[in-house]
Amino acid sequence: MRRLTLEPRPVASPVWGWASPVLAVVLTCLTGLLIFALLGKDPIEGFHVFFIRPVSSFWAVMELLLKATPLALCAIGLAVGFRAGIWNIGAEGQFILGAIFATAVALHFGDWPVISLLAMMIAGALGGMTWAAIPAFLRSRFNANEILVSLMLVYVAQLLVSWLVFGPWKDPMGFNFPQTVMFSDASLIPTLIEGQRLNLAFLMMLGSLVIAHVLMNHSRLGFSMRTSGQAPLAALYAGFSNRQSIYMGLLAGGACAGFAGMAEVAGPMGQLTDKLSLGYGFAAIIVAFVGRLHALGILLASLVMALFYVGGEQAQQYLNLPSAMSRVFQGMLLFFLLATDLLVNYRLVLRPSVRS
Amino acid sequence: MTELIASILFATIVAATPIALAGLGELVTEKSGMLNLGAEGLMAVGALAAFIGAYSFGSPWLGLVFGIAAGVALSLVFALLTLGLLANHVATGLALAIFGTGFAAFAGKPYESQVLTPVAAWAIPFLSEIPFVGKALFSHQPIVYLSWLLFGVVAWLLARSRLGLILRAVGESPQNAHAIGLPVRLVRLLAIVFGGGMAGLGGAYLSVFYTPFWTEHMVAGRGWIALALVVFATWRPLRLFFGAHLFGGILVIQLFVQSSGLQIEIPSQLLTAMPYLVTIVVLVFISGNAKLIRLNSPASLGLPFRPD
Repeated sequence: MRRLTLEPRPVASPVWGWASPVLAVVLTCLTGLLIFALLGKDPIEGFHVFFIRPVSSFWAVMELLLKATPLALCAIGLAVGFRAGIWNIGAEGQFILGAIFATAVALHFGDWPVISLLAMMIAGALGGMTWAAIPAFLRSRFNANEILVSLMLVYVAQLLVSWLVFGPWKDPMGFNFPQTVMFSDASLIPTLIEGQRLNLAFLMMLGSLVIAHVLMNHSRLGFSMRTSGQAPLAALYAGFSNRQSIYMGLLAGGACAGFAGMAEVAGPMGQLTDKLSLGYGFAAIIVAFVGRLHALGILLASLVMALFYVGGEQAQQYLNLPSAMSRVFQGMLLFFLLATDLLVNYRLVLRPSVRS
Repeated sequence: MTELIASILFATIVAATPIALAGLGELVTEKSGMLNLGAEGLMAVGALAAFIGAYSFGSPWLGLVFGIAAGVALSLVFALLTLGLLANHVATGLALAIFGTGFAAFAGKPYESQVLTPVAAWAIPFLSEIPFVGKALFSHQPIVYLSWLLFGVVAWLLARSRLGLILRAVGESPQNAHAIGLPVRLVRLLAIVFGGGMAGLGGAYLSVFYTPFWTEHMVAGRGWIALALVVFATWRPLRLFFGAHLFGGILVIQLFVQSSGLQIEIPSQLLTAMPYLVTIVVLVFISGNAKLIRLNSPASLGLPFRPD
């Protein structure tokens, strides 16, 4: 008799480190086909609508990149924290605060070319950082769990934006819809290609991936943060500041998420509404994991996640399925990733079973 | 005035019950060393499954069974990943929360505009006739009494029984528990399943007994609040029971203020945000005392364990 056993690897497998996310995506897609079949839809058509349509035309690809922008931005910021063992899961709230801060600038000083937009970008990042500073302070000062604090603040942020667009910032000419006035042209991010919605924020997202990569892998700060995450005692012994890790980890996440929120209101939306985020902050957690907390990986993972988003919208339109389908795919992707990650640290071997 | 206080007390108990149920489940799970952050997702699928069960078969009790079963089923995924495949507890719990809420939103769409017949309260003879508090305390839907019973049983089991001793041993030091021959993974599996079932029951209470209808956002962070309450209660059932009612009280008072028609200059959103803000305050308050947390939290909480 032989049986499958798990054997720890002496060192983590670099091959499986990258193969595991790919395998997870493949498994998610296959399970997706199964779900389409179970729902009585033609799996081939489902696959086409969900995975092929979103990349089948120039316009569709541009929309995909537009969706990937906030996802990659939020994810790279989170990755900085995750590497330091800081579990910021409130990017959704920081995204909303970035949008709120940027909107404040757009509504009051929105008419100066270039200057208004620059001010909005700074305000957006500051907004996210403000929200992220709360869990950072409470964690470093009172040891309050940053997971729960950052998450509670998501609900508070959603209520804050709702208060603003139903109250003081409501467009008086907006037929009572919960939204602000449309931003003036000087407060909108310029698009890259005539007639497409993809804008400069996409390039800035690529830039922030590079910056974060350098910061995380080629700076003393990045090294001390990684050490804090992987070997807290060693970091303590080396004299690396735990407090600094907590603040940097959370503020980097807040700045990126806030910037992404700004890019959403100053980009495709052009105004602040209470439905500004489609759960990008939560999806970005999955993007960060699937991208292995690595800049290039996050870029690729954000494209996959954007595909799920656009695919979900397409499935709603053409297959009459609820758009929450994309969240089911997101959750499945993370499940599969966590399962396939076993192969990074362990190998499956066939052993003759020992009689005991 | 006494009538108002009595009705606030009544509503507090109603609002506290789902958080208390989910929190008690999580407490047992964490006592075994497993940190399951997925309570929000477990409650969401529990709420939906219970609603579907109650709606399709016309029986709220069958609904409860469905809700518990859904919570158990999803928690088995957590068990498979963390116990079987040694995945990180935090990441797996987050996956559970994202998947659970997403799946409930997806599968629940067709049920969104349906309403169930409310379940009648079950007044306990004599006790419910005590002046002032009788009706507030002893005239609830049966599931409220069930939750009281569960708290009593779990508190007793944890503190006084052999089963509780085994659970605590596994949570404090899985290595030592394994060395003396305790089935560590089986104990942890059962603790996870219990947590899943209780969160499912808490969700079921929301959709079948409390509202009684189903909407996508009905859990509204109660799962996360339950997690925070377990820390607040320093992993003790009776403190958890007290904490859940404190929260129920805050939830209810803000609702009473909102619907009172008092001309007050507070935005309703701020009132709605109160439970979340209070959760943060409570966490800060209790976590600031590092010694208290260290002494009470299960020593192996969140760490993977693999028997050799």
